[in-house]
Amino acid sequence: MSAPETDLAAMLDTLCPMHAILSPTGHVRHAGPTLTKILGDPPVTGRRFLELFELLRPSVPASMTSLCGIAGQRLHLRLRADPRSEMKGVLMPLPGGPDGALVVNLSFGLSVVDAVRNYALSNADFAATDLTVEMLYLVEAKSAAMEASRKLNLRLQGAKIAAEAQAYTDTLTGLNNRRALEPVMSRLIEAGEDFALMHLDLDHFKSVNDTMGHAAGDHVLETVARILRDETRAGDTIIRVGGDEFVLIFAPLIRPGNLGDIAARLIRRLEEPIVFRDRICRISASLGSTLSRDYDDPRIEAMMEDADIALYAAKDGGRGRHVAYAPALRARAGAHVAQRRQQV
Amino acid sequence: MHGLINRAIEMFVRDTYGRKAWVALALHCDLGFNEVEAMLTYEDDITLALLHELAREQQKPVETLSEDIGTYLVSHPNCERVRRLLRFSGDNFTEFLRSLDDLPARARLAVPDLILPRLELREHNLQHFSLKVVHGPDLPPVFGHALVGLLRAMADDYGALVVLDHKGGSAGTEVISVDLLEAAFAEGRSFALGQVPG
Repeated sequence: MSAPETDLAAMLDTLCPMHAILSPTGHVRHAGPTLTKILGDPPVTGRRFLELFELLRPSVPASMTSLCGIAGQRLHLRLRADPRSEMKGVLMPLPGGPDGALVVNLSFGLSVVDAVRNYALSNADFAATDLTVEMLYLVEAKSAAMEASRKLNLRLQGAKIAAEAQAYTDTLTGLNNRRALEPVMSRLIEAGEDFALMHLDLDHFKSVNDTMGHAAGDHVLETVARILRDETRAGDTIIRVGGDEFVLIFAPLIRPGNLGDIAARLIRRLEEPIVFRDRICRISASLGSTLSRDYDDPRIEAMMEDADIALYAAKDGGRGRHVAYAPALRARAGAHVAQRRQQV
Repeated sequence: MHGLINRAIEMFVRDTYGRKAWVALALHCDLGFNEVEAMLTYEDDITLALLHELAREQQKPVETLSEDIGTYLVSHPNCERVRRLLRFSGDNFTEFLRSLDDLPARARLAVPDLILPRLELREHNLQHFSLKVVHGPDLPPVFGHALVGLLRAMADDYGALVVLDHKGGSAGTEVISVDLLEAAFAEGRSFALGQVPG
């Protein structure tokens, strides 16, 4: 190399440690310290640039003449040897050099994170003005911050689920409480599911409470909850809507005729004597039900009202029985419905 | 104060004095929770309450504990991430010192709402430096002590031999003197840019 070229090379070693000076024949005459480190053995000096790198963009023939023609343009290259790192580059004619001699400067684009690991690069391998080290710092710092945020999100999500479950749970029986009614029904109606709504009211519960005390009442309610769970499927919903009132939602409904059998079985089980501190509590249940398929446009209020009318008919007919809603029941229940509406 | 700072105190207590000590400390300070969220912001009072209650329980001055926390952040294996992020600042301890002015900006780059006190380095000569820590006048001078611990551990990490001294300060500022006796006194711990922190 001529004296000016040596001076230039020394300057470039510091300013752009990933540069190379190419002769008109395309051979590497000199390479910066970082590029030399990356290319390893055999020494890069004397090897042909286009045998070391594949030019991906711009797509021009792989010759020195074409390289001279794309001076100043953004180059996209790939190392031919493993790990075939992709690089960015730009080249310019060598000032004061022979015609066709070039200076090329390279950098890792987004592959820098892997490259730093693969080639064990350090701070000293990058130019003082290069922001690569800052970028690596950011990658690490942001990953740590993201990880902490992700953990926080997971914990908040867990807390939200627990809080929601608590808000929808009746503490005495562990069943759903009144707040669950609306979301469960809305979801089924929106999904267009076929379901049955059953309104259950315990018979004689008030007298158990009055004569044997609240502890007996609580015990009876817990037993009722267990029976309701036993007699329904896992996907069905049981809601304690009031002191001794329950709503059961059967979805999906398999055979509507079965609803009468289910109701009969529930009544039979609930009529079994319940023992509390050597005393026997006896209750029963009245049930009214309605089916979503009987409505053109099922709505929560309408279905609840109809189930309630059917329940009223069951009570009126002597308790301990189940009545399925039919429009004819409505006339007899008129006064009752008006009263219930006022309560709600 | 940012959750990261309270979280640092929590991890220091857990790793130094054990889980029970932390649970007791959280209880005595009426935190109402058992785990600090690193990515939330807390009232400043909480940080000071934690430090003072810890000082009372361990019968150590708050200044000493703050320094221990600074050392812990760099030297404990559970804090490898912090050490690595600090090592990105320079190849040797002198470069590290010269980058301290940028430390609050660096922290903000990673976590935008993490506000650290301003740091001003004065270079008296190649061996003698002084570092001014500037924070709000309402904060007691504990941050500077934590920084002394952190700088001492970082000097160890780079293998440099230094003498550090907290010179006190006035309202809202603290001054630390740094005497660099030997830049390459010992081997130091390794640091590779591309290493994945555990």
